[in-house]
Amino acid sequence: MNAEDGDQASRTAIGISFGNSYSSIAYTVDEKAEVIANEEGDRQIPSILSYVSGEEFQGTQAKAQIIRNPRNTIAYFRDFLGKSFKEIDPTPCHASAHPVEIDGGKSVGFTVQETEEGEKSTLSVSEVTTRHLRRLRQSASDYLGKDVVATVITIPSDFSDSQKSALTAAAKAAGLDVLQFIPEPISSLLAHDAKQQLSESSSGAPKDKTVVVADLGGTRSDISVVASRGGIYSTLATVHDYELGGSSLDQVLIEYAAKEFMKKNKNATDPKSNARSLAKLTIEAENVKKALSIGQTAAFSIESLSDGIDFSLTVNRTRFELLANKVVASFGRLIQSAVQKAGLDVLDIDTVLLAGGSSHIPKLSSSMQSIFPESTAVVAPAASASAVNPSELVSRGAAIQASLISEFEHSDIEGSTEAVVTVTPHLQKALGLASGKDGEQFSLIINADTPVPVRRTAQVSVADGGDVLLRIAEGEREIKVTKEEKPQTNGAKGEDDSDDDSDDEPEEVREKVWKAGKVLAEAGIKGVKKGGKVEIQINVNTDLSVTVVAREVGGKGGVRGELEATKA
Amino acid sequence: MAAAAIQLKTALPSLPDGWSAEKDFKPMGSLSQPTSRAIEPVGPHFLAHARRKRHKRTFSEDERIQAEKSAKKTEDEDVGEISEPEDPMMLQREAKDWKSQDHYAVLGLSKKRWRATEEDIKKAHRKKVLKHHPDKKAAHGQEENDQFFKCIQRATDILQDPVKRRQFDSVDENADKEPPSKKDVQKKPGNLYKLYGPVFEAEGRFSKKQPVPQFGGADASREHVEAFYNFWYNFDSWRTFEYLDEDVPDDNENRDQKRHQERKNQNARKKRKAEDNQRLRKLLDDTMALDERIKKFRQEGNKEKNKKREEKEAAEKAAKEEAQRKKEEDERLAKEKEVADKASREEGKKAKEAAKNAAKKNKRTIRNAAKDGNYFAEGEPSPKDIDQALQDTDALILKLDADELAAVTSKLQGKSGADVKAVFQAETKRLVEAGKAKDGELKTFS
Repeated sequence: MNAEDGDQASRTAIGISFGNSYSSIAYTVDEKAEVIANEEGDRQIPSILSYVSGEEFQGTQAKAQIIRNPRNTIAYFRDFLGKSFKEIDPTPCHASAHPVEIDGGKSVGFTVQETEEGEKSTLSVSEVTTRHLRRLRQSASDYLGKDVVATVITIPSDFSDSQKSALTAAAKAAGLDVLQFIPEPISSLLAHDAKQQLSESSSGAPKDKTVVVADLGGTRSDISVVASRGGIYSTLATVHDYELGGSSLDQVLIEYAAKEFMKKNKNATDPKSNARSLAKLTIEAENVKKALSIGQTAAFSIESLSDGIDFSLTVNRTRFELLANKVVASFGRLIQSAVQKAGLDVLDIDTVLLAGGSSHIPKLSSSMQSIFPESTAVVAPAASASAVNPSELVSRGAAIQASLISEFEHSDIEGSTEAVVTVTPHLQKALGLASGKDGEQFSLIINADTPVPVRRTAQVSVADGGDVLLRIAEGEREIKVTKEEKPQTNGAKGEDDSDDDSDDEPEEVREKVWKAGKVLAEAGIKGVKKGGKVEIQINVNTDLSVTVVAREVGGKGGVRGELEATKA
Repeated sequence: MAAAAIQLKTALPSLPDGWSAEKDFKPMGSLSQPTSRAIEPVGPHFLAHARRKRHKRTFSEDERIQAEKSAKKTEDEDVGEISEPEDPMMLQREAKDWKSQDHYAVLGLSKKRWRATEEDIKKAHRKKVLKHHPDKKAAHGQEENDQFFKCIQRATDILQDPVKRRQFDSVDENADKEPPSKKDVQKKPGNLYKLYGPVFEAEGRFSKKQPVPQFGGADASREHVEAFYNFWYNFDSWRTFEYLDEDVPDDNENRDQKRHQERKNQNARKKRKAEDNQRLRKLLDDTMALDERIKKFRQEGNKEKNKKREEKEAAEKAAKEEAQRKKEEDERLAKEKEVADKASREEGKKAKEAAKNAAKKNKRTIRNAAKDGNYFAEGEPSPKDIDQALQDTDALILKLDADELAAVTSKLQGKSGADVKAVFQAETKRLVEAGKAKDGELKTFS
């Protein structure tokens, strides 16, 4: 890798989101990430390669081959990379080329008819990945008019080291130098924050918030709970579901359409029993699902679905939502389990960021809105118009990261991503001001799970003036439930499970309440003007010692004090 | 990272009576135990965090250093443009003599010359225009003289057009570096590299292929030096000499005159180009002759060759000696063998003789035994019996070899009469069994 290090300044780095179902490539122009369309005009490029009479197809063209030429079409191979045959789940590949064991079971391959004549050849997953990445690189280079040599690739947060190194090697073979791997949820969040920063045109760090990033992909879903503190992200918890994804929703539509078809044509063969019919149905179901995210109705229209009978069926959105209820509910449960795993409550979540293709579905975002309280912002195209296209979030984040680090040397990047730098003590409890008569009320300044060192400034207006006392304390968050004593279920759940008969019970109100805990220090500010303001700056240092500076805004001097470091 | 202040909506309690503390600050405890987590190495704010952590800076230090850094960048740009003093002679130039003017000097880029980027030229032009614009001069009450301003415009025209700039660069004598004299080079051992380096750097500007390999120092590797000379002997130059063309009369009156002039220019260009190629070749030849490294490599090469030859010779010599030694050894062994053979042959002769004698003696004993055994007859033997017995005995003896004879003789020792016959019969039986005699051949002993 050192060979390329000399030519840092001029290298062009792109962001690649390499998914199981779709890949996308993005590049940053003037600090704005743009997703690049390939030659066919696709911004979401199916991660599929197909071999037809000696020619290689990729993307949408390859996807169409699943119907006619399934055994020479390789799809859903990303998760097989760097894994042994024993470890993989071949289910998604059922309709395309089946994975085979190579290298004595140490890795996975696909046997396809690569050339027009002659024997079939077995391609390893690494080789397939290399070819796919090479195509992506070519598309990006053609679009930008510059040779792309480096990239930031996004990976699921549970990618193992062997998968990473396999991906690095495959990218290397495709002529791409992997600058860094970044987890998909973090990439999405980065892209979202960057967009917000641009639209608010505010400089400085974004606000502190706790975010649930739900990456709802084609074949799997990954949920991360991330604490974003001053633009620094710490993952609090992750959950993965390898079965739940967009294809589960497709499945629902396939079942429905097949049933309708059989109703109309009593004597026909079940389209699900025939591989080719099923493939046609699958692709059409995906299209219908996508169309239903935009319009109120969409139609299945398949020529010669089964026994030469054409099939057409109009589905409206309500019908789809009814059918998909169960799947949507399981998305909701998955997200709730992630919040629980992080030891948080839904009230603690400030933002729910939906990423991945399935996030386009309006029902999903409305179900999120019902799970989370009103204070939580759900970011999805159906919920907020300003949301970034969820399919593009991941690759955009990668492009932003690529533009940030493309000028650094490898050793610098490695040095900065080392555990020495990234593992940081995080505040266990929130810091703030205790006020009120007995010092029970608590105003938050620094939230829990904030990495140190950290510096925050807060201002308090003093209406009456005079001498005031600042009491710096740790705070604890409590969930206050009023009216009905039924802990740990919230109103949202009742809506999802329509068979719940306890709807007429009085709805409970859950609130997040801060309570002051251990008092750390007191500071006195004397002679504050009427209607003046007091500014307090808390600086937690790396060794967990705390510096507090308090003064009247516009006033001279002020109070400065230090707290000793916590002993381990 | 100037985070905006958080606005808190809370009423601050007033200071209780009797509250006092040193410097108005009362520390009362320290933070709870932290939880250790990995933060994600992503995003601009992480970069800032990593920078602080790796350089062990605090927030304010980092802010200050970053601010200084960004400030310095703007400063650098100004430093980059050193305004050169303007030669008063140059300021008096007439615009119509543009062919002989040094365009770089006019723009104040005489140090950068062919290294100047388009950006440099643009900036330099702007500076000069600001200073020499005729309107400004008029405002100062000076006489209106826009000659130098025209020079500036002309220089910019030429230098901003890539084709024209190359034509001018081709004949820009001020950028040429004269090769050093032989005397200078030989004054000091390192001089060669110091003096020739810039020459080739200047020549390299004409190369179509960039980057151009550098001359290198005394310790340059053989590959480097070879690549250097290879490159320069195959030098692909874009140097052209259009700039020196004589003006072609552009009045349409005399076409022949015009063509004649054009042809003349063409030929002059070709000639100059050929001369330039020759000049470069000579420069290379001279350099190579002076280049200590070439000599060094040649010597090293010779040394290597000699070493190989010596090794080969040594090997040959060793082989020869070995062969000689082997021959002598063989001869010695042959001699020894001969002696031994002779001795063994004589011994064998003796033993044979002894064996013969013994056999004779044994045969006699056996024959005598027949006689002692009364010719194997009952009572008095008839002459026929005797004859038969003797015949058979002789036949038996013939069938026995020396060892068997000795065995039979020892068996016959001290035996007479019927016992002798038993011995003979046993011997005959053995012979018959061994297939050396036929049953009934020796009647007497069967």
